Amino acid sequence: MSSIPRHWRLQSQRYSMVGEVCNTCGAKLFPPRDVCPECSKPAYEPFQFSGNGRVYSYSTVYQAPTGYEEFVPYTVALVELDEGPLVTAQLTDMEQDEIEIGMPVEMVTRKLREEGEDGLIVYGYKFRKPLQQQPA
Amino acid sequence: MKPIREVGITGYGVYVPCYRLPGSEVDRVWKDGQGGSPIKEKAVPGPDEDTATMSVEAARNALMRAGLDPAALRAVWVGSESHPYAVKPTSTIVAEAIGAVPATQAADWEFACKAGTEAFQAAMGLVGSGMADYAMAIGMDTAQGRPGDALEYTAGAGGAAYIVGPAEDALAVIEGSFSYVTDTPDFFRRPGQRYPQHGSRFTGDPAYFKHVLAAAQELMEALGAGPEDFAAAVFHQPNPKFPERAARVLGFRPEQTRTGLLCPMVGNTYAGSSMLGLSAILDEAQPGDRVLLVSFGSGAGSDAVSMRITDRIEERRDRAPRTRVYVERRKEIDYGTYVRYRKKLHLH
Amino acid sequence: MRDVSIIGIGQTKVDEHWDRSLRHLAGDAVLMAMRDAGIETADALYVGNMLSGLLTGQEHLGALIADFVGLRGIEAVKVEAACGSGAAALRMAYGAVAGGLHDFAVVCGVEKMTDTVNAETTTGLVMAADADYESIHGVTFVSINALLMRRYMFEYGVKHEDFAEFTVNAHRNAAGNPNAMFRNKVTAEQFGRARMIADPINLLDSSAIGDGAAAVVICPSSIAREYGNGQAVRIRASSMATDAVAVHDRSDPLWLSAVEVSAHKAYQQAGVGPREIDLFEVHDAFTIMTALSLEASGFAERGKGAWLAKAGEITREGRIPICTMGGLKARGHPVGATGVYQVVEISQQLRGDAGANQLPDARLGMAQNIGGSGATVITHILEAHA
Repeated sequence: MSSIPRHWRLQSQRYSMVGEVCNTCGAKLFPPRDVCPECSKPAYEPFQFSGNGRVYSYSTVYQAPTGYEEFVPYTVALVELDEGPLVTAQLTDMEQDEIEIGMPVEMVTRKLREEGEDGLIVYGYKFRKPLQQQPA
Repeated sequence: MKPIREVGITGYGVYVPCYRLPGSEVDRVWKDGQGGSPIKEKAVPGPDEDTATMSVEAARNALMRAGLDPAALRAVWVGSESHPYAVKPTSTIVAEAIGAVPATQAADWEFACKAGTEAFQAAMGLVGSGMADYAMAIGMDTAQGRPGDALEYTAGAGGAAYIVGPAEDALAVIEGSFSYVTDTPDFFRRPGQRYPQHGSRFTGDPAYFKHVLAAAQELMEALGAGPEDFAAAVFHQPNPKFPERAARVLGFRPEQTRTGLLCPMVGNTYAGSSMLGLSAILDEAQPGDRVLLVSFGSGAGSDAVSMRITDRIEERRDRAPRTRVYVERRKEIDYGTYVRYRKKLHLH
Repeated sequence: MRDVSIIGIGQTKVDEHWDRSLRHLAGDAVLMAMRDAGIETADALYVGNMLSGLLTGQEHLGALIADFVGLRGIEAVKVEAACGSGAAALRMAYGAVAGGLHDFAVVCGVEKMTDTVNAETTTGLVMAADADYESIHGVTFVSINALLMRRYMFEYGVKHEDFAEFTVNAHRNAAGNPNAMFRNKVTAEQFGRARMIADPINLLDSSAIGDGAAAVVICPSSIAREYGNGQAVRIRASSMATDAVAVHDRSDPLWLSAVEVSAHKAYQQAGVGPREIDLFEVHDAFTIMTALSLEASGFAERGKGAWLAKAGEITREGRIPICTMGGLKARGHPVGATGVYQVVEISQQLRGDAGANQLPDARLGMAQNIGGSGATVITHILEAHA
């Protein structure tokens, strides 16, 4: 079910978490949607999210849909970004017992899926425990 | 070789995945634990990682250190022997993800383990000629070893990104570089083949040592310098023994090469190898230090680069996580998990 | 606007019907409903279905099924609202009849889910979610609900075992329903031990896929007495509301605002409140959905939905019986058909035809069908004819 133009259109959201800011009420929107859900006014101004947030909820998937079987088991989460919006994404580089609701996470760019061995590789955002800045 | 305009490194960043396969695991499965291992463990990419994703993180770290707007980059060049696509440059994915598009060159480089330093020298040329102010060169790999083969113990994943810019903005100014290249088929892979062929002991003296030693000696001679003039040196590290012997033959002391020797902990990161080692040196170097880097790529060739650290290193190096943070971040996996992650199992 | 009644009902068992295709299942239910209504023709057919294209390679179900059941030529269309397709089809039919466009409308909910393998079906079901921002991340429909369940348990201090009675009740009721897919009893202990699908949701929190079709015939109440053996069931309310498809886009993930709006509109239309409802065929796709639906429909306070189950209020003897014929959990959930099954089951209760599960004094029943994780909600309130 490859859809090259669909994935290509979403690159700046997937690679860099570019959303929108509503110039009327100041709400930060991700994903971008052109009409602000808070105040219903037009919202077209791009806004770059920092990629930092906290885990709102999480769940580990043991039975995957087509195209994701090779990654099982993997953990999906709702992440509350620092700027306000909630996003759905996978958590990566983390064991189940390291995950807690409320813990801080940071965005990284990873493979979301491959359209088979000969198809497009779709990259996008996932979240991980923030790296220490200094060595131990 | 030196460009007309003085150039240097304005930012650097690394990436090493967090998974580690102990050499003892390979030994357990293939030699019943009787064979030993040349290194402690190697870095293994997770199932959602590849040369593109790893390059993106290293590139972002480099931009943070450089304090550079990505739109100022006029080239993003990724050198690797494990590009995710055979046709479609990794460099365009990285350039898009970091915001360097559209006014940039992008292309993938290939010269086995020296693909990254090849890109680095080209970046020196691009900036040194005045065609650009900033160019990024990345050496990154997710190398594959044939199961049960000697290289399986060490074929690791990781690498580094370097931003080359004007000397006035550099944390390390390049004094010069020299490449030594011949047609020496010590290690190669035909298209469509999963794993490379290698010449076993032929990869030593006629390949690695001949080129590394020649490149280093010619460069030092051209600069009128000897090993004692350098604070640190880093060589391509397919295993710990080769760079240690090269250093010894050239007259370097172990203290000079210790900081940059990462392969016991992460394995041979191929195109990332010497560039990753250099980043560990930069993390601890002092202004005024002189550093030598000598890469090696099978096929074969070596790039030797000499640089001097400037004052800017101190304010920039902690703008991004240090190399040791990545090296020390580890989750041990067993051989079965490794085989799954490296897609050596056929799911279809 | 005319008053509308249901004059005929039909349903197949929910099962893995290896030898019945989608059109055959639909035909079985429609012909049963038309016979029950005592009609031989109709003005329009509305087919509720979600996945016929992906799972059976067949779209264009309106014309296909109309022709197949002997109604070639009439107005017919497929209506899709994810797992809310069944009730959405009824809502469209209701509007047409209430508005005077048609007199006799047939509504059929049908789903054929067993012609493909697990991964394909899972892929189909997640199409109810946001493709660009939820599904692309490998979430499954189960894991989206699991995210809600985990957060719910965290915020309200509810434990997983507190949800057990929803499943125990559903299975207890299904034992008395010959059309139910799972008629085995389930204990709270078994609930605790069941295999994890996407934690914290386990096999017994989650409704199962199956094949099935259910149908109703509706007409203006003014002529309903002449049909259906005097067993007409009056539609007192019909309402629909929507919310953001993606859970992350909702203003409050733990409050199903489309349930609240749809239920509120239905109560207003019928001139009743939750207290007057004698049975509630809730959309129990997952135990967490049941808890959240009970809360937003006004049967329990926020965070107390599961408590209703623990307190025994949801059984046939309780204050607000739910899933009286097994619900999505035990009768089964052929996704696009479910909304019509709910209405058929309430009709059985209101007519006194619920067999072993008959509620002694059912006069007003509420059916609520949900698309996705709460983005489309359709509520109907039905009343036994005097």
